[in-house]
Amino acid sequence: MSSEQSAYSLAELMIVAAAEAFRNDGEVLATGIGLLPRLAASLAMKSFNPDMMMTDSESWMLSEPNAVSGREPGQAQAQETWMGFSRIFDNVWSGKRHAMVGPTQIDRFGQSNISALGGSYEQPKVQMLGVRGFPGNSISHANSFFVPAHGPRVFVSGECDVVCSIGYNPERLPRGYQFDDIDIRSVITDLCVMDWQGPDHQLRLRRLHPGVSVEEVIENTGFEICIPEDVSETTAPTAEQMEIIAALDPLNLRARQLKGNPPGVRTPG
Amino acid sequence: MDKVLSPQAAVAKIESGMTVGIGGWGPRRKPMALVRELLRSDVKDLTVVSYGGADVGMLCAAGKVRKLVFAFVSLDFIPLEPFFRQVRQAGEIEVMEIDEGMMLLGLRAAAWRLPFIPTKIGLGTDVIRNNPGIALVDSPYDDKEWVAMPALNLDVSLLHADRADRRGVCQVKGPDLYMDDLFARAAKNCIVSCDELVETEHFHAGDEARYVFWERSMTSAVVPIAGGAHPTSCSPLYGFDVEHFQEYSACAGEGGFEAYFDKYIGGKSEEQYQQSVGGLDAIRALPLPVY
Repeated sequence: MSSEQSAYSLAELMIVAAAEAFRNDGEVLATGIGLLPRLAASLAMKSFNPDMMMTDSESWMLSEPNAVSGREPGQAQAQETWMGFSRIFDNVWSGKRHAMVGPTQIDRFGQSNISALGGSYEQPKVQMLGVRGFPGNSISHANSFFVPAHGPRVFVSGECDVVCSIGYNPERLPRGYQFDDIDIRSVITDLCVMDWQGPDHQLRLRRLHPGVSVEEVIENTGFEICIPEDVSETTAPTAEQMEIIAALDPLNLRARQLKGNPPGVRTPG
Repeated sequence: MDKVLSPQAAVAKIESGMTVGIGGWGPRRKPMALVRELLRSDVKDLTVVSYGGADVGMLCAAGKVRKLVFAFVSLDFIPLEPFFRQVRQAGEIEVMEIDEGMMLLGLRAAAWRLPFIPTKIGLGTDVIRNNPGIALVDSPYDDKEWVAMPALNLDVSLLHADRADRRGVCQVKGPDLYMDDLFARAAKNCIVSCDELVETEHFHAGDEARYVFWERSMTSAVVPIAGGAHPTSCSPLYGFDVEHFQEYSACAGEGGFEAYFDKYIGGKSEEQYQQSVGGLDAIRALPLPVY
């Protein structure tokens, strides 16, 4: 039992849980920003959603996802369509895309922030990336969140310092829009899997990672979340999934993504 | 027709207070030799429009920028541009922070001589709250509100291409053009530096002309500078210079931009600059990034 429990890391559990977000997408462009979300999208395409589309994170759409490590400059890849940055926007605005991103802040409305912290628009306390493509992504297509360190600094009690993406906030809902026009899907963290299908699109707990308690999730979330009665445990990676992940990341960069590379099954407390 | 100019003569067309668009994307195919020439000039109070990297960081740090129109400023493998960060956190520049796609639409509106292009991008976010200059408008065709993304009209664009001829036919063979064609079309005066100056016959062979993305009437000046995108990449000719970017970033912690400027830019010719980073052969040998 103990050897089975240590057979997969938390990063691998999160990759498998995040891949589930793309299961029923069909023929859309999946964009995982960051190594673990990219592995998750690649795993989905290599297993249960072969119709999915992916890019090489630069300028080509691929028939087969690239490995995230161990590739040489100029190495051949299964490119099938030119997909430069300008064309990415054509795809974004068509809605046929599902992005998985890792915001610095997420609030109770599902709004998120990667731009800046504190201060003002004129003088932020901490300047980060800028809004990038978040405004356009969030109002055009499905988006999921990947959170490597679930805590109240990410899931903030107030509104995000800079609202980069539209969420389920009645005060900001544009004229002529319904909440159903906004499609925020899964939230995969190092503690659990959640979605935004609680009452009035409240954040809702779906699955707990092995060894994590409901209380731990509540304590580490800066706002109230919906706790349904049927919260199940996150499904462990299968041997086949572990093989696919290993082939996609031969240099095991995934082991360096979470602090201390914890095991997938944690001892409570 | 001959549009070839020296870097000095080309950049001399830029005046204080102008709006300058800069092509490329983050650490990729930026017209850095032209940016260095601008840094050596006494021009100031610029409004800069860019998918920003070190071009924006350097111009901000040197006090050349009054207002920045941006969606991000990043060196990619160093996610946060250190000098841009410092200048923002000191509240030293005015900003118009918009979505990457809004920037595309603003440039396209300027290119098409339209006052704005309607879009839903930005609705429900702080992009609209923070930029009262971006109007919301009604549609004659539905009951929704729409963002009227204003044209980003540019006085000058600075671009870097792989090759150009004397008449301004410019070729980009890298896998991505980014928004360079829109920057070329949105500007009154488009200055293009290039790695190689070629005869017009170059474009006649095979499919060479397929890699030309704007007509020559959009190009005002051609500035041949081999290696002119360094330290950014000019795929497939050379990759970006990781070590140089690391040294540049370290200056933000110690020495400041002045230390970097004094070592590499101030009072130096582009030739001297290239010698100080190992020479053109070393630039050409920089490996392409793997993503």
